[in-house]
Amino acid sequence: MNRKNCCRSGIPCCSGASESVVSCVPTALSFRDFLGACKVRWGIGRMNYKVEPGLYAVGKPDENSPVLVSANYKLTFDTLRQNLPGLDCWLLVLDTKGVNVWCAAGKGTFGTEELINRIERTGLSEIVTHRRLILPQLGASGVDSNEVERRSSFSLVFGPVRAQDIRRFIAEGLKATREMRTVRFTTLDRLVLTPVELVAALNISLRVFGVLFLVNLFAAKQFGLFDFAAYAGVVLTGTVLTPLLLPIVPGKAFSWKGWLLGLLWSAAALWIFGWLTPDCRLLAVGYLLLLPSVSAYFAMNFTGSSTYTSPSGVLKEMKIALPFLIVSSTAGAALVLIEKLLG
Amino acid sequence: MTLVYLKGVATLSLDAEKCVGCGKCAEVCPHGVFDVADQRARIVQKDLCMECGACALNCPSEAIEVNAGVGCAAAIINGWFTGKEPACDCSGGECC
Repeated sequence: MNRKNCCRSGIPCCSGASESVVSCVPTALSFRDFLGACKVRWGIGRMNYKVEPGLYAVGKPDENSPVLVSANYKLTFDTLRQNLPGLDCWLLVLDTKGVNVWCAAGKGTFGTEELINRIERTGLSEIVTHRRLILPQLGASGVDSNEVERRSSFSLVFGPVRAQDIRRFIAEGLKATREMRTVRFTTLDRLVLTPVELVAALNISLRVFGVLFLVNLFAAKQFGLFDFAAYAGVVLTGTVLTPLLLPIVPGKAFSWKGWLLGLLWSAAALWIFGWLTPDCRLLAVGYLLLLPSVSAYFAMNFTGSSTYTSPSGVLKEMKIALPFLIVSSTAGAALVLIEKLLG
Repeated sequence: MTLVYLKGVATLSLDAEKCVGCGKCAEVCPHGVFDVADQRARIVQKDLCMECGACALNCPSEAIEVNAGVGCAAAIINGWFTGKEPACDCSGGECC
């Protein structure tokens, strides 16, 4: 944060905190914030997009203003403050190593110890006279509210899941509706997560292309543009299309959904590229075994980005899917290589 | 549209004897798994449980048990290779 820019006159900045001065933050995002958000969505510098942990002031808070607790991932911090115009409150930002609230709670960095520690280090009990903190609901898997209440003078209230509901939550006397307490996974939620999946897939794919380049030196039939298009299509199917169509594709397991869409694309590719002829038999069968498995694998990895998969469920899915995917892709790759190398 | 994952796998259990009816579990659950009525919590949507562990951690009477963890295939594969518990610990830039 640029402290010079955010401290405006008339705002009770820098008031009495023992650890550091309190920074004031605007609720409007700048173009730079927007650009930063775009970059991390594409995986650029995502693990180092942070704000300083500590206490921040929004509006003109006083000793009676509510205290909202959040994470120091800048995307989280920006989403929160963007939803606070017109509100006078304090933000207590925990050191979550630049990770969002829910993931950090899972890792324990948005946790009981860090919260107790941060309350002390910021001297919060001297800045506000009330003794209540509002936590994001998704922080609850890392914060034991009973223990925090035992070991600090503060009591905790879990606010809504989404920052956009916070003003309503406060206005209605710290009451959240069932809807505000329930996590969603809308088409837009899924769409913004896909670029990072795509970038991760690209990293693996570059290695595959390296190997294929070497194979091409010895191949009777070289890998060409059509092979590339068939592969690129199946990567897009697994990393982007399956997440987008998640509720529509029949079945429950992510790998199954990815495999099914991958099979549809592979069949379409074989037909479009004219590989459904007797002399391309090996290649066609090989690609039908290989390509849907690639899509299934990438789709399965999207479980980590989803908001509703349990570890027990993912483990069950993997125990069934992985053996199938390994056998199918190995057999498929062998057939394709035989066809390419021997003609 | 509610997305539902594999059924009958969640390790969540609630001991009604120990429950004090505070309603904390229903407050922290992001999937509406619990319902509280007559000073007692009940599991009403077990198949929606994603085993995040928020309810068990915040239950004042230790009435809830769940094998909490991350539902992430990459984390589980990582765990197999490193021999550690699966965690959202992909500082390389992958996952979550």
